[in-house]
Amino acid sequence: MYDFEYHKPSSIADAVKLLAADPEAKAISGGMTLLPALKHRLNKPSYVVDLSGIAELQGVRKEGGNIVIGALTRHYEIATHPQILAAIPALARMASTIGDTQVRNRGTLGGSMANNDPAADYPAAALALGATIITDRRSIPADAFFLGMFTTALEPDELVTAVSFPVPEKAGYAKMRNPASRYSMTGVFVAKGPSGVRVGVNGAGPCAFRQQEMEAALTANWSPDAVAKVKQAPDELNSDIHGSAEYRASLVTVMARRAVADAG
Amino acid sequence: MPQVTLTVNGKSHTVDVEGRTLLVELLREKLRLTGTHVGCDTSQCGACVVHMGGDSVKACTILAVQCEGAEIATIEGLAAADGTLHPMQEAFREYHALQCGFCTPGMVMSAIDLVKKHPSGLSEQEIRDGLEGNICRCTGYHNIVKAIAAAAEVMNGKRSELARAAE
Ligand SMILES: Cc1cc2nc3c(=O)[nH]c(=O)nc-3n(C[C@H](O)[C@H](O)[C@H](O)COP(=O)(O)OP(=O)(O)OC[C@H]3O[C@@H](n4cnc5c(N)ncnc54)[C@H](O)[C@@H]3O)c2cc1C
Ligand code: FES
Ligand code: FES
Repeated sequence: MYDFEYHKPSSIADAVKLLAADPEAKAISGGMTLLPALKHRLNKPSYVVDLSGIAELQGVRKEGGNIVIGALTRHYEIATHPQILAAIPALARMASTIGDTQVRNRGTLGGSMANNDPAADYPAAALALGATIITDRRSIPADAFFLGMFTTALEPDELVTAVSFPVPEKAGYAKMRNPASRYSMTGVFVAKGPSGVRVGVNGAGPCAFRQQEMEAALTANWSPDAVAKVKQAPDELNSDIHGSAEYRASLVTVMARRAVADAG
Repeated sequence: MPQVTLTVNGKSHTVDVEGRTLLVELLREKLRLTGTHVGCDTSQCGACVVHMGGDSVKACTILAVQCEGAEIATIEGLAAADGTLHPMQEAFREYHALQCGFCTPGMVMSAIDLVKKHPSGLSEQEIRDGLEGNICRCTGYHNIVKAIAAAAEVMNGKRSELARAAE
């Protein structure tokens, strides 16, 4: 790993100032993605700006019909938080399947959203639940946030401060894990919420996406059988040693069926 | 040069580090606590697992500077001063839950956190899921799972002594 200067600001304003001062500066939250990348010298940051001391990024609260989760909330806390378990149990269940215990004890919601790994779990949930990503300067709907592989609408010095999830009537999640890395080969999050039925897919393509034909099928008839008949086109899906685009396309249908069954 | 003050196995240390120094490097190279191992560079193997504020974490994926003020526990801190092993260590020995022993410190630290987070007991499946982040190349895991189940009964107060392994 290349050496860098370490900073631990205690406010969002100070963190943004540090990040804005140098395009090579990098924020760190849980470090579960950034540190493996730095070890492989994929990155050479000048400063590493540790967000973990910023109280404004912490906490889970109910605001009207939304659960607002601070960016620093760890996967383990999301999996076990009583308010999240009560309001959006599918989100808690999903968080309990991320990586392993030690990854969940460190990794954060904000870090995962900002990183937008094609196989990450949260992006599908954010799309399906119609979440809003709150940053230090604006609010971005999930539909406009995930732009492509490891690419989001965030400016280089912009921080995710929280994510607001509308509480759905029903939601469910299912994924097929890669047997070696345990990352999602394909995962589907389904939700029936204030903005209708929405279906988010991760792992299958270069970026999480919504499956609109399935949304229409589930709007007409909320049942596992309704999505079982909807085929996902393999064009533009990922093809690698773990599975072809055709295999992933068929997984989208199978996981969607299981996710609806999970939602009940 | 940055400095970090942290508590390791109950003892406070102030150490000079670089920004990039990992917790596992601080433990092994500065404090000479070489029981915590490094088995990969992809944060996947779990040989480096220690406790930070009571939670199991991968010491290879935390910067030393992020541990300012933290309470760290390593495998060296488990046995009592008179050498009496922690019930989890005793169970690993009794159930032959190790062969080469490389993964063992991380396994034991993960297992202790797992048992503590399930005070009312653990199913075999919960133990297997709880070991997701620990890779063992030797044992095939079965004896590790048996050892953790046996140690859990002692740690949870269901038995006063470790159940002996079947002959
Ligand atoms: C072995 C292993 C298995 C894993 N398995 C899974 C899995 O199954 N599913 C899954 O979804 N993920 C998985 N992950 C990734 C994990 O969930 C990470 O925790 C997550 O992707 C990043 O969160 P972090 O807090 O660790 O971010 P960091 O590593 O600290 O940061 C990641 C990136 O986001 C930026 N960043 C961090 N916080 C913010 C913020 N608040 N605002 C703006 N930018 C920010 C950083 O600059 C960096 O570029 C796995 C990781 C490992 C090591
Ligand atoms: S050394 Fe492999 S996970 Fe830390
Ligand atoms: S005992 Fe050899 S790696 Fe586990």
